[in-house]
Amino acid sequence: MRMPLSWLAEYTDLAPGARGADVAASLVSVGLEEEDLHGGDLKGPLVVGRVLDFVVEPQKNGKKIRWCTVDVGQNGQMLTEGKHQEIVCGAHNFEVGDLVVVVLPGAVLPGNFEIAARKTYGHVSNGMICAEDEIGLGHDHEGIIVLSRLLGEEKAAALSPGDDAIALLGLGEETVETNVTPDRGYCFSVRGLAREYWHAQGSPRGGYRDPAAIAVPAPNGDGYTVELKDETPLEGNEGCDRYVARIVRGIDPSRPSPSWMQKRLTQMGMRPISLAVDVTNYVMLAVGQPLHAFDVDRLSGSIVVRRARAGETLTTLDDVERTLSPEDLLITDGGEHPLAIAGVMGGASSEVAATTTDVLVEAAHFDPTTVARSARRHRLATEASKRFERGVDPKVTAAAAQLAVDLLVEHGGGTPDPGVTDVDHTTDRAAYRLDVTEPSRIVGVDYPRERVLGILRDLGCEVVESGEGADDVHVLVTPPSWRPDLVDAPDYAEEIARIDGYNNIPSVTPTPSGGRGLTHSQKARRVVADALAGAGLTEVLSYPFVSEELADQLMLPADDDRRNAVRLANPLSEERPLLRTSILASLVDTLRRNVARGHKDVAIYELGLVFRPGGPLGTAPIPSVASRPDAETLERLYAAVPAQPRRVGILATGLIEQAGWWGPGRPADWSDMVAAVQAVSAALAVPVVVANDAAHAPWHPGRCARITLADGTLVGHAGELHPKVLAALDLPARTVAAELDVDVLVRASEEPVQARSFSTFPPAMTDVALLVRSDVAAADVEAALRSAAGDALESIVLFDVYEGERVEAGHRSLAYRLTFRAADRTLTTEEVNGFRDAAVAAAAARTGAVQR
Amino acid sequence: MRRTTDHAPNESSERTPMSGPNTNYDPVEVSALDPANIDAAVEEALAAIAAAGSLDELKAVRTAHQGDRSPLALANREIGALPPSAKAEAGKRVGQARGRVAQALATRQVELEAERDERILVEERVDVTVPAVRRPHGARHPIELVAQRLVDAFVGSGWEVAEGPELESEWLNFDALNLGPDHPARQMQDTFFLDPVDSGLVLRTQTSPVQIRTMLEKEPPIYIVAPGKVFRTDDLDATHTPVFHQIECLAIDKGLTMAHLRGALDAFVRIMFGPETRTRVRANYFPFTEPSMETDFLCFTCHGEETWGSAEPCRTCGGSGWIELGGSGMVNRKVLRTCGIDPDVYSGFAFGLGIERALQLRHGVQGMHEIVEGDVRFSQQFGMEV
Ligand SMILES: [Zn+2]
Repeated sequence: MRMPLSWLAEYTDLAPGARGADVAASLVSVGLEEEDLHGGDLKGPLVVGRVLDFVVEPQKNGKKIRWCTVDVGQNGQMLTEGKHQEIVCGAHNFEVGDLVVVVLPGAVLPGNFEIAARKTYGHVSNGMICAEDEIGLGHDHEGIIVLSRLLGEEKAAALSPGDDAIALLGLGEETVETNVTPDRGYCFSVRGLAREYWHAQGSPRGGYRDPAAIAVPAPNGDGYTVELKDETPLEGNEGCDRYVARIVRGIDPSRPSPSWMQKRLTQMGMRPISLAVDVTNYVMLAVGQPLHAFDVDRLSGSIVVRRARAGETLTTLDDVERTLSPEDLLITDGGEHPLAIAGVMGGASSEVAATTTDVLVEAAHFDPTTVARSARRHRLATEASKRFERGVDPKVTAAAAQLAVDLLVEHGGGTPDPGVTDVDHTTDRAAYRLDVTEPSRIVGVDYPRERVLGILRDLGCEVVESGEGADDVHVLVTPPSWRPDLVDAPDYAEEIARIDGYNNIPSVTPTPSGGRGLTHSQKARRVVADALAGAGLTEVLSYPFVSEELADQLMLPADDDRRNAVRLANPLSEERPLLRTSILASLVDTLRRNVARGHKDVAIYELGLVFRPGGPLGTAPIPSVASRPDAETLERLYAAVPAQPRRVGILATGLIEQAGWWGPGRPADWSDMVAAVQAVSAALAVPVVVANDAAHAPWHPGRCARITLADGTLVGHAGELHPKVLAALDLPARTVAAELDVDVLVRASEEPVQARSFSTFPPAMTDVALLVRSDVAAADVEAALRSAAGDALESIVLFDVYEGERVEAGHRSLAYRLTFRAADRTLTTEEVNGFRDAAVAAAAARTGAVQR
Repeated sequence: MRRTTDHAPNESSERTPMSGPNTNYDPVEVSALDPANIDAAVEEALAAIAAAGSLDELKAVRTAHQGDRSPLALANREIGALPPSAKAEAGKRVGQARGRVAQALATRQVELEAERDERILVEERVDVTVPAVRRPHGARHPIELVAQRLVDAFVGSGWEVAEGPELESEWLNFDALNLGPDHPARQMQDTFFLDPVDSGLVLRTQTSPVQIRTMLEKEPPIYIVAPGKVFRTDDLDATHTPVFHQIECLAIDKGLTMAHLRGALDAFVRIMFGPETRTRVRANYFPFTEPSMETDFLCFTCHGEETWGSAEPCRTCGGSGWIELGGSGMVNRKVLRTCGIDPDVYSGFAFGLGIERALQLRHGVQGMHEIVEGDVRFSQQFGMEV
């Protein structure tokens, strides 16, 4: 919401010497955030110019500039010896004959930008043709300002080259722009902002002049017929609970709105159109009440406000035919023909036109929810809907209509009808019984009773004693009509704190009574992440959005649960509508990006959630918020949220150990992934079992490890990715990957580790070489050895694997070192040999191993 | 065993064989006991020892001058043949001579060993400036590290960490937070809805549903900090990303006021931006809170010096001297009631901020792209702790 300082000064006293920045700071102090400052910081000459001619000149940089000759009137001509100005312009949105805004040498534009004649694109450009943002009029930089478009043809026709554009556009004056929060609809008016500014000045007596505090004629039976017939109120709220209609006849349609009004509308960022429209806009900006002007000649005698019927249509002012919903509230002619979507936009058929002489001014109060839904349904966020959604003062209605009538009469020469329609179904709000000590308890500042009551009265509240005795801490507070947001104690507390000053709130450190620290899961997850970083992997974060083709690219089987992905209704990109069901699904993009940036050797990981609905989504209930939903509803609510297990994904490509003076580098291979898994396993002290997995996409069928807990619970997979997957995803050959279920590991690490005792007697070592078929897993051989080696076995290390000429084809030799150590004695050679032979016998029996 | 015979040292003519009972008298050996010859042998030995330039040379010198066939060894052997009267003196002379040689050998041995050790160290010198890292270092992502930093500080003060799902029910993400379907604030948020849209599920737009879940399930007092990933339908640019991280704090207890909120906020900014920083606050509007509060903190670069309109406005704060932290407030009574907490008994506050922005501010990260793109160079700058 914008506000020129002169307009503010009409309703309240500006602090002496206050400039735009001071006003903005005052408003910030009462919680209205500053958006921008416009105007006031430029120096002319800034004049109206007419483009007489231009030549298009393509430039080496591919741009096309226009070398323009511009008539800038006497002012400009005198600067260059009576000739028209020659100006280089980069914009293309104007034609020969257009009136534009020209800044001439010697001028200073906002941001201390001094204009001088300067050589550019091979010409001397005497100034510049301006865009909106360059002169602080707006934020538009799409093209230059064409005055016939900015001000309208009619208004532009009255202009001459050389006219002062600073005065024309109101740029000589500062305009403050503030951001209005949804609870402060009343601040979408100069009336509301002036009131807040006055509060920021300490609410001095007599310092605020309410523009709506005017005499209004009483309604009578002679007014235009208006019926409020909302048969299906939303949530029990009548769609329209007040409708004021006033008629002014005999307006001279040729008379434009006064220049001061046009200037203000321009400063507010609106375009002057015609007297009737400008007046409705002006009054809306002044007091916050959206108005609508109907051409009386295009109405048939009565207005009925009702909900739309199914299938009904209305062509709105923007020339779009809209199919209406039964929830839309309509202003209709005689109950039949729709004239407007209430509080949103009028229809084309009853619009005031260039020939309109008799105008019906509508000032109504509409239900915020109804307007909000209609605005959203029809994607029409208008100045009116913005205000009604946030709540318009239901008591300003008649005054707003009167202000409009007065302006139409004054500037259009019309006569008001004596008939005054005011259908008023509004009810006065009940007083709230406020404990005056409550604001202190909420805010933490000790506000004396008189301070609380004083602020409430300044805000426009009616405050009366509770009548419960002199010592009673309660008062009865009726909020002002423009403050629908003031409902209970916290609302009033905020007002007291805001007006007293938020910065008076002290800083008191809260003292929780001792927490339990991080949970085991939270700590264990850090351990996982730190272990992987410590193992030389780099943590990254990827977006979880993936494509539909990915499941095929990953070669997931048709019945794989990872194909059950959640689909977004409104994805950022149609190419990636699904949520990942594995970390690798999105981590591959990060790897590819790194490789594309020239990183040949990359080892990355990501810890995060994956989305595993396991089938079609259920429906989450939307219970009432009036109280805590019952246990059964909460259960359904939680259950409807799909499973989101926490996983860690790892990818590596290129060299895992660098080449250097020490020799060649070592490429990452499947074993690095198993080693990474082991690093996590060791860090959490959770033993894992590694087994060959011949069929788990997206891994290479011969190079994939299935990782389980000792009890068989699946933890994940590690190894080399399938060559076809790598080709489909455009990843480097031999890229390796692992993905682990962190939740499983975390749960497994919950049990405290139970220490084993260890012997201090000397170890005895013995080596065995076993010949096994190549398809026998080393892990199985080791398990067999362990099973029979006895309690004295301390460790088994596979120290050599041989496959080649020296062993039978289809077989390989596995060399193990068995270390034995007894708890209570030094083992003899005979004992050790006995253990070894038993172990080898078991391996022979279970895996067909033959000792070499 | 060797039998020796005493003899008078100066009676050279009566010299007897030194070794072995059956050894005949040898004039050469007798002359070996001549004091002049002994001195000469010592001098020769000492000279050779001094001249030995290496341990190998010294070893040869040792053999030559201390070995079985060295002149002094031979001389010593002669003593046995001397008459008893001469034995003592000759023994003494030879003993001293051998002692001197042994001493010199030992000294030289130490010297040469020291030299050798020294030389080995010199020879073993390497250029330690050549690359040493064969396996590149890993790193954590700084978003996680910033979150950990904040979390740890709060956990240290007795708060606990709460978490929740990223794909969340609409009711927990909006309705329960006093963001009804028609609330204007709900329209401001660009939410990822799921297909089908009537599933009542969304990608959470904020970490606040974690607060709701906690309040629904836990009895006050509640002091939680909730870090996590959130989603909005913004395209990636310098200041936006569709996936980002928030950290929110929620406290519900008896007697909590806005002053406690401000205290927690002050602690928060000090953890991130140093002990010097302080806050200023103003009113704002958030449906989840009432009263609501907006917080700025003192710019840690310019320390609040206004540089508006100057030639070089502060790049951290843009010249205002203050940096906006984010929204906060006292938890709306409606929200407490929805969660089954009696607002007449308990009050509480909540606040939060975007971790990406904190990272950008604290570590001078210019854009958003590097945070989200996953380029390993980005994470690697930060190591394992921020
Ligand atoms: Zn600064």
